[in-house]
Amino acid sequence: MRFQLIGVNHKTAPVEVRERLAISESRLPEACKKLSEHPSVAEGMIVSTCNRVEFIANMKNGAGDLREFIHDYFQVDPSQFETHLYEFREDEAVRHIFRVASSLDSMVVGEPQILGQVKEAYATARAVGAVRAQLDQLLTRAFAVAKRVRTETAVGSSSVSIASVAVELAKKIFGSLNGKSVYLVGAGKMSELAARHLLANGAASIFVANRTYDRAIRMAQKFDGQAIEFSRLHDTCDKADIVISSTGAPHFIFKREHGEKFLSRRRNRPMFFIDIAVPRDVDPEMNKVDGIFVYDIDDLQQAVSSHVADRKKEAERAEDIVNGEVSKFHARLQTLDVVPTIVSLQEHLETIRQAEIDRVRGRLGPLSTDQEMAVEALTRGIVNKIMHTPISTLKSAARDSESTTVVDLVRRLFNLQEKTPSERDKDAQPKTGVQN
Amino acid sequence: MLYALVALTRATEILSKVALHASYLGMVFHFVALTEAVVESGQLASASIHNSESLLAFLIMVVFMLAYMVYKTTTPGIVVFPLVFLLTFVASTGQQPLVFTSLVVRRGWLALHILMIFTGYAALFLSFGASILYLLQERALKSKSASGMFARLPALQVIDDIGYRSLMLGFPFMTLGLIAGSVVAESAYGKVDFFDPKILLSILMWAVYLLMVYTRLNAGWRGRRAAMLASVAFVAAIVAWIANYFSGMHRFIAS
Repeated sequence: MRFQLIGVNHKTAPVEVRERLAISESRLPEACKKLSEHPSVAEGMIVSTCNRVEFIANMKNGAGDLREFIHDYFQVDPSQFETHLYEFREDEAVRHIFRVASSLDSMVVGEPQILGQVKEAYATARAVGAVRAQLDQLLTRAFAVAKRVRTETAVGSSSVSIASVAVELAKKIFGSLNGKSVYLVGAGKMSELAARHLLANGAASIFVANRTYDRAIRMAQKFDGQAIEFSRLHDTCDKADIVISSTGAPHFIFKREHGEKFLSRRRNRPMFFIDIAVPRDVDPEMNKVDGIFVYDIDDLQQAVSSHVADRKKEAERAEDIVNGEVSKFHARLQTLDVVPTIVSLQEHLETIRQAEIDRVRGRLGPLSTDQEMAVEALTRGIVNKIMHTPISTLKSAARDSESTTVVDLVRRLFNLQEKTPSERDKDAQPKTGVQN
Repeated sequence: MLYALVALTRATEILSKVALHASYLGMVFHFVALTEAVVESGQLASASIHNSESLLAFLIMVVFMLAYMVYKTTTPGIVVFPLVFLLTFVASTGQQPLVFTSLVVRRGWLALHILMIFTGYAALFLSFGASILYLLQERALKSKSASGMFARLPALQVIDDIGYRSLMLGFPFMTLGLIAGSVVAESAYGKVDFFDPKILLSILMWAVYLLMVYTRLNAGWRGRRAAMLASVAFVAAIVAWIANYFSGMHRFIAS
């Protein structure tokens, strides 16, 4: 395996950087395809959420770097993000994926949304054929690990999602949410969740505006709300006390002058803007308007950081599970790796060849050097001819998701013994050299 | 009697439950003390003038307790208690023997005038306190660092409500109080001298008060602008109070 993962998340990069690398849902399939077609990449997928953008790839043999892809795709020099980027390879990359899927790397540790987001990213990449063999194994395993963490630790319980933090802040502004109206700009999952929380806490009415009017209607129906055409957004927004914006727009939708207009129409009753979009929808300048409070995704993070400590202990247990799973996965991948199978197949046939020569040696009588060489060449030739097809099949199988089946089959056909991890370590020792 | 009260109201600055009960107790003592004074002099109007600062402090506490009962928050106490302390302190130390000079005054109107004006003052003061808290809370929310003492402030809209209601409650009292005052003045002196500093300042304060009510109702002013107006009204109120000592009509001390 040659996993490489690079990315930015809420801890390493401010929203200004994340929004430049973010890839919208609509452009994701194409981006995954481009990633997997990149010369140094065998398979690849991209996780792009409001808190993180990660590029995960199974690199082809020979050193490659995902930074090349970032350079080609975004037409930017990745070195300008270098301080914000993190990079993991091999087992560390595996560990990172496991941690992300298990929500241990989340802004709010244990929040349940990230698993769904990773699953979606995986499905997208798989649909365009960007994920086939080892990445497929990796992600399938990651989902299993996430499930283990969820059931075996309390990390996920009493989860404080962004949505509930938004509710807390809204209460700090409005006191009670009774009778308050909520305006959803963009009909995404996150905003739906936040709206649900606000309604559960007493908010009365919901407006939905979305670029695709149909989606706005569908979302509005869910909440008994009112769908509004996107073009009328700025004329109607002053009706809302709380605005949750989560569109995929590349620029600010709400600017300072909009806010000033809303407030004068509302007779200065306060407004609360929750901007969960990356790139951001609400100009930070708007926070300077009297009576308008703007919280973007990073501000929400700050507000929840206190909750994180509560779950630290459970998170430690979860980390142990992840560590165990990483070494298990490592062992599993090695048995699945075709190279050891090819080597042991060759060793196996060579042993048979030697044994057979030794067995008939006596009956052949004394042989001249030429004859000796002829026997060697003959037997070797037969073995190589027989091995040719299985080996090339194994090699091509390694490139797609069949590898598991083919490797298993070959091992069973030739009765090849699986080496235990400790034996493999012994084999590897001379190559890695003295480390202590 | 008043010293006990001073100690008790001072304790309320700690803002704990104990302090809250202490201030209940303080209010009871205070009420008893005021009633005693009334009984002693046998005249409601003259007693309330004798203990004017004390009466004002009592009324402020009443308004504060009303706000507490409705909103279950003691945070306005940060602003209220030091003032109540100051007022009771002044009342208990600076008790000059005041002699009420004008005998022609209709006592009923005068008592009404004083009570109304003082209730208006108390409400205005609470409104001023609320607008300061509003500013603090607004700043905390904007800077996105809800921690420390800001985390204990009530919700922005609750503060706003306290300010708004005490404003709306205080205004009619203040208006009626001024009307009652002019009735008293007219009956005592025949005509109202509008250039008397006390009256001039009171009218100015009332105008600012009116402006606050107007901007609030029409433009929904709150926060920074409302706080500025409230400060102007507050300063005007204090100056009007001080003017007692320079005003011909309110000079109660026999010279």
